Amino acid sequence: MELKDVTYTYSPGTVYEANAIEHINLKIDEGQFIGVIGHTGSGKSTLIQHFNGLMKPTSGQVLYEGEDIWAEGYDLRKLRSRVGLVFQYPEHQLFEIDVLTDVCFGPKNQGLSKEDAEERAREALKHVGVPEDLYRKSPFELSGGQKRRVAIAGVLAMNPKVLILDEPTAGLDPRGRDEILDQIKHLHEERGITILLVSHSMEDVARYAGRLIVMNDAHLVFDDTPREVFRHYRELEKMGLAAPQVTYIMHALKERGLDVDVNATTVEEARANILQALGKRTSRLETEDTEDKRIC
Amino acid sequence: MGIIKASKLGFDYFKYNEEGEDPEVFRAIDRVDLDVQEGQFIAILGHNGSGKSTLAKHMNALLVPTEGTLWVDSINTSSEEDLWKVRQKAGMVFQNPDNQILGTVVEEDVGFGPENMGVPTEDIWERVEKSLKAVGMLGFRDKSPNKLSGGQKQRVAIAGVVAMKPKCIILDEPTAMLDPNGRKDVLKTVRQLNRQEGVTVILITHYMEEVIYADNVFVMDRGHIVMKGTPREIFSQVEELQKYRLDVPQVTLLAHELRKAGVDLPKGILTIEELVNALC
Repeated sequence: MELKDVTYTYSPGTVYEANAIEHINLKIDEGQFIGVIGHTGSGKSTLIQHFNGLMKPTSGQVLYEGEDIWAEGYDLRKLRSRVGLVFQYPEHQLFEIDVLTDVCFGPKNQGLSKEDAEERAREALKHVGVPEDLYRKSPFELSGGQKRRVAIAGVLAMNPKVLILDEPTAGLDPRGRDEILDQIKHLHEERGITILLVSHSMEDVARYAGRLIVMNDAHLVFDDTPREVFRHYRELEKMGLAAPQVTYIMHALKERGLDVDVNATTVEEARANILQALGKRTSRLETEDTEDKRIC
Repeated sequence: MGIIKASKLGFDYFKYNEEGEDPEVFRAIDRVDLDVQEGQFIAILGHNGSGKSTLAKHMNALLVPTEGTLWVDSINTSSEEDLWKVRQKAGMVFQNPDNQILGTVVEEDVGFGPENMGVPTEDIWERVEKSLKAVGMLGFRDKSPNKLSGGQKQRVAIAGVVAMKPKCIILDEPTAMLDPNGRKDVLKTVRQLNRQEGVTVILITHYMEEVIYADNVFVMDRGHIVMKGTPREIFSQVEELQKYRLDVPQVTLLAHELRKAGVDLPKGILTIEELVNALC
């Protein structure tokens, strides 16, 4: 997918005219796992809605597999089954009589037979970890985390090549959050689906994304690995964002003289790195110790 | 007796079939005992469906107990004639700021509560001003709430509760929909209200970092209170918390992992400063 110099203007020609995104150039390769961060109103929701043609750029081009999606005769319906978008609080969009029927809605709409749609639905539900005994339950009887998963399965059942998720873990408890993100990671690895994850959690994007995009005031300000992006944590703070807590820990340790890598962004990295640094320190102390003894 | 006291509190949800018969009973909270002292900052943790919101809704009589009793400032919430007294003493702030704002102008919205209580007009304005100042939103008094960010809206919602001069504020995941800055501002506001105005705070949250400032933490699971203690006591039990589908702040987790690897660290580290001091 590619955005070429895309600008989207709200209420053009009125006093409320404002650019939600401005001159965005962005290329997304197949199979990437991309995190998108930015404060409320930074333009990230507008950005992601351009990828499946829900919003039309005021100027610039949106390409999918090299084709301009706004060219005459382009099949937007097909695009939308290739590029699935999971909105915030997607469980508010559940409406069918039971879980399986709800997930069948998308593939049926794509023209699949009832049997094929059901097969897709079952597969999608399995992928997001919804157990079979829930298939015939009303979606409204499920817990928050289960509903969220059913809603994601509804998009997944359309067999998209790209899955865009707008804060899929908002309001979930920590374990529910980890479960959903682990399943998304699994989809990425097993089915090779390209993932765009919009998140307010710096810890989550640091842990899962290989590439991180930062939006601020309608502009794309950073586009790099999480490790590189979080090096700019002071600038991120000015944009109402932050680095993962781990990054702050590493900086504080470094300031106090412990030789650690300040660019660690996950607990696992930090743990290994601190142990290594401590190991160095202990062995140095030990050598000094033996030297002292020798002098004595 | 504390400002909020629960004794053997139980609550059942009923689920009826399509004919409205044969209700299925679901026990959302069960034999909960609780005693919150005035001026405390209490945090309640628990996974989705653990019963924490149901418990919170009892604290301003949005729900009344099926079993047992709950008192707010010594008033039994089950006594119907005292309903408004209870709600004036204990105000509630919910997750979604957009569902809680009614006014077209910020100060009107904040004045709604006291006006509803029958406070004389000149006093309402005084309260509105004071409340907006307390949450740091006085500069927005004549703005439209639509133009505010999520965190600002949430602070207006808090001001709306503060204007009713409650003794206690219950916040049910007030930061779940906010970005990091909005989260920080709301939490700072809540802490200030607690410290400076002495308002009792009950904070329900999924963000473990927000809990470290609390005097006491309660962990709920399947309708029961399963753990209680200071943040340090609670967060030193990493595995126990994970069992209840919760986790700990990253700094606590890192310290825990380092400890397991043989580094000499105290249990229950809560802040970066503590970890750095212990390591260097």
